Amino acid sequence: MSQFRKAVAVLAVATATSTIGISTASAEGVLFWATQAKPVEEAQAMRQEVLSGYEGEVDFQPSDGGPWLTRLQAELGAGKGKIGVLGSLHGDLISLGDDLVDLSDVDLGGAEVNEKFMELGKLGGSEQKYIPWMQATYVMAANKKALEHLPEGADVNALSYDQLIEWAKNMADATGSPKFGFPAGPKGLKHRFFQGYLYPSYTNSMVTKFRSAEAEQAWNKFKELWQYTNPGSTGYSFMQEQLLTEEVWVAFDHTSRLAGAFNDRPDDFIAFPAPAGPTGRGFMPVVVGIAVPTTAPDMEAAKKLVAYMVKPETQVATLKATNFFPVVSTELPDDMPAAVKISGAAIAAMSGSADANPGLLPVGLGKLGGEFNQVYVDAFERIVLGGEDVREVLDSQAETLRGVMNEAGAPCWGPDPASEGPCPVD
Amino acid sequence: MSTAPNMVVGQSKAARWSFNIAVILLCLWVLVPIYLLISNALSAPADVNGFPKKLLPSVNTESVEFFIGFYGVTKALWSSVQVAFLTMVMAVLIGAPAGYALSRFDFRGKSLFRIMILMTRAFPLPLLALPMAIMFIKVGLDDTVFGLAIVHTTLALPFAVLITYSLFSGIPIELEEAAWTLGCNRLQAFIKVIFPLVLPGITASAIFAFVTSWNEVFAAAVLTIENRTLPAFLLQSLDDAPLHLKFAGGAVLVLPALLFLFFVRKYLFSMWGIANR
Amino acid sequence: MQSRSLPYLLLLPATVFLVCFFLYPFVLVAWQAFATDEGEITGKYFNKMVSHWKFEKALYYTLALALVVVPVQLVLSLMMASFVSSMKKGRDLILYIWTIPLGISDLAAGIIWLAIFDQTGFLNSVLYSTGIVDEPVTFLGYQNKGTIFIAVALAEIWRATAIMLVILVAGIGLIPKEYYEAAQVYGANSWQRFTKITLPLLKPSLQTALILRVILAFEVFAVVSALGGTNLPVLMGEVYNRQFVLQDNHTAAAFAMLILFISIISTVFFMWALRTPKGVKA
Repeated sequence: MSQFRKAVAVLAVATATSTIGISTASAEGVLFWATQAKPVEEAQAMRQEVLSGYEGEVDFQPSDGGPWLTRLQAELGAGKGKIGVLGSLHGDLISLGDDLVDLSDVDLGGAEVNEKFMELGKLGGSEQKYIPWMQATYVMAANKKALEHLPEGADVNALSYDQLIEWAKNMADATGSPKFGFPAGPKGLKHRFFQGYLYPSYTNSMVTKFRSAEAEQAWNKFKELWQYTNPGSTGYSFMQEQLLTEEVWVAFDHTSRLAGAFNDRPDDFIAFPAPAGPTGRGFMPVVVGIAVPTTAPDMEAAKKLVAYMVKPETQVATLKATNFFPVVSTELPDDMPAAVKISGAAIAAMSGSADANPGLLPVGLGKLGGEFNQVYVDAFERIVLGGEDVREVLDSQAETLRGVMNEAGAPCWGPDPASEGPCPVD
Repeated sequence: MSTAPNMVVGQSKAARWSFNIAVILLCLWVLVPIYLLISNALSAPADVNGFPKKLLPSVNTESVEFFIGFYGVTKALWSSVQVAFLTMVMAVLIGAPAGYALSRFDFRGKSLFRIMILMTRAFPLPLLALPMAIMFIKVGLDDTVFGLAIVHTTLALPFAVLITYSLFSGIPIELEEAAWTLGCNRLQAFIKVIFPLVLPGITASAIFAFVTSWNEVFAAAVLTIENRTLPAFLLQSLDDAPLHLKFAGGAVLVLPALLFLFFVRKYLFSMWGIANR
Repeated sequence: MQSRSLPYLLLLPATVFLVCFFLYPFVLVAWQAFATDEGEITGKYFNKMVSHWKFEKALYYTLALALVVVPVQLVLSLMMASFVSSMKKGRDLILYIWTIPLGISDLAAGIIWLAIFDQTGFLNSVLYSTGIVDEPVTFLGYQNKGTIFIAVALAEIWRATAIMLVILVAGIGLIPKEYYEAAQVYGANSWQRFTKITLPLLKPSLQTALILRVILAFEVFAVVSALGGTNLPVLMGEVYNRQFVLQDNHTAAAFAMLILFISIISTVFFMWALRTPKGVKA
């Protein structure tokens, strides 16, 4: 007991001294505040492999969306802060427009950054609000056991939604339980599937034809697929987990959220393009950007880090660390992780397919980016999970969508045709 | 030490047996999930992902070693300990006097005060974090162990006040009055007579303060950067980690808290003999 | 004795602390629920909250969970507390075991219980290995809201009973042993001793335990989200979604005010229902 007391006393003294001492310790380096590369292994790799080549100190701190945003808002609110560089999804950065500095004067050192993505980084304005950092997209993944259940005559690299439904049905019939999985959990990236895959594949639109007859058909198809989808899907957020446990055999997800399965058991899984509908094979990139908030303590250092992140060598190292693909043109060395090879081939097949119908990420929505996504998520939850009437839900969600577009004043983006003023919802 | 109010001795064998069985069942109810956590933290990734899962997996410390060797874990652990300790001290020092006042005096605004104390726990902290962080950045408390301990103290304070309040209320005022008539002043009476009686309650509030701080993620993730606490450092990224690392990280987080509970548990009972006079 | 000013003096530190670090940020946030960014008073955020299609479900599940979980925890913790206090040997160890969940955060508890109820989890492993089921059961599928609810309730009962237990154990310790001895002399059985002595004298501790537990129950989120995904909307989940995903601070604040409101109602209820009449203090 006296030992315990002694320990308490020591602790008290140590706490008191370090509390006083702490405020004097300050970071020399740049604080890199990110929502990506959060899994401990990836964070470790970011620090040790990616950022170790940067001359100068970098403190890479990944965090959950809530704390990430709150910390940033607090620094902006206080007018001073510690964050030097932000790294997050396009969808997170669009709401921050005014609080990000113009990066058009950053010397990228000759790195050829994808121009479409650079354009996205302007957020519909003239200033370069973020520089693209890395990209990914959604593909399908399957356990090789599933292949024998493919419908007759179907080519796994050129599937249609109808064939996918039939395949999922075959698997369910053969195994007695649904083997298709979809990341509809709280952290799953489902909204981008509806926006960038389902809608473009059936309506050749994302916004304008939200409540069209074609959209109704798309949702009905998805409902059909859902019958053969593992009901646990509403809890899935990273499909690699369920593929590895073989809870599901075929899944749709973001490449970096499938990477774990490919890397752990490269011989057991394949990747292939998303399916196609009547208006082509819709797909959409996931873009992660780096930006500098107006409160960055050391602008120069922050911009230097931004430039470092798009250097081709850094981009390759980032790919190995996070399974996100480069946004600059570069040769990939041969010693890439299995996930990169497997999903890279599927992406190439998808974008090179004859019926490819690539969409763009939303721009110009500002703070309403979240509400925009919620329209699609709500439609899913009401139609598919709640079993409400498709027509009625689309009509009522279209009202909300129109409100969002008008309030934001955002013009259309691909595949919707360009508009004068806010993108209309027919 | 005299024994507790006895409800079993002298009863039939059957009653004693059912008592023992109930206790064992309740222990299992608590321990089985903990066992699953620890055993999975100590198994190979392939076992963790396999099905059907084995209940007695082979031992493989790879996942746990990964965490222990993870950059910054020791520092985060130290920050966590400091914050939790400060929180504990502040919550008890500020909370116990308030608890005593609530139990011993009648004054205007008493109910109001109790409700206000509770509001700190009834309002979602993630929303309060923003104005608090702005305030901390402005006054320089941001990213300090002390600053975070302040936030955690506001969370722990309701426990400290209410627990000590209910404990003080259970102690007859006559005891104190007796001490006064024997020549003690109010403070002496408190220290000599009341304090030993409420030590279990103070321990209970200290435990709450400690574990509240230990397990708090959100404010820690917002308000600390260089002085990240262990949960802010590990826990918020566990969701995205592969299954075997989830278990290992969960176990690494739980162990220090269990050690703490082990050390203080006896104080919950320490003065039993006196309490039963 | 300066007993007029003494109570206020004793309350001063806590009051100052709360005003600075709770009341000030609270007022700023609460204001957002009632006013636009331009400072115009409006009810539209509460309107928006109430008219959202998920609102009723979130309110329902939050209240239903508290109504199911808290009574079970009350009974369990009372049982456990009277068990440990009537033990002679091994009391320390048993109490330690029963308080272990205190050290486990809700996020970690979510991970553990998901591993149990998952389709490839422990429960299914046991059921499958012993041949009770031929195929793993999907306990947490979206059509099985009932099963999800039960799983969440079990996890919450496991996680948070210890909070009440510790308060009650400390409270039982204060009940004079003589009462029990006297009761025994008059031939009261253990159930009578429990209902006639323990329960009434434990009122202040019971009140505290219930108030604190219920307030925390209204903020349930991490475990629900781990086990239920999007199937079991709860109020706290809506707060997170509004604040961080939709960046609609105003409606998030409105939801938070609702949580606060039902917490205060329940607190006042327990303060009244379990009040200790003057002069009958132990």
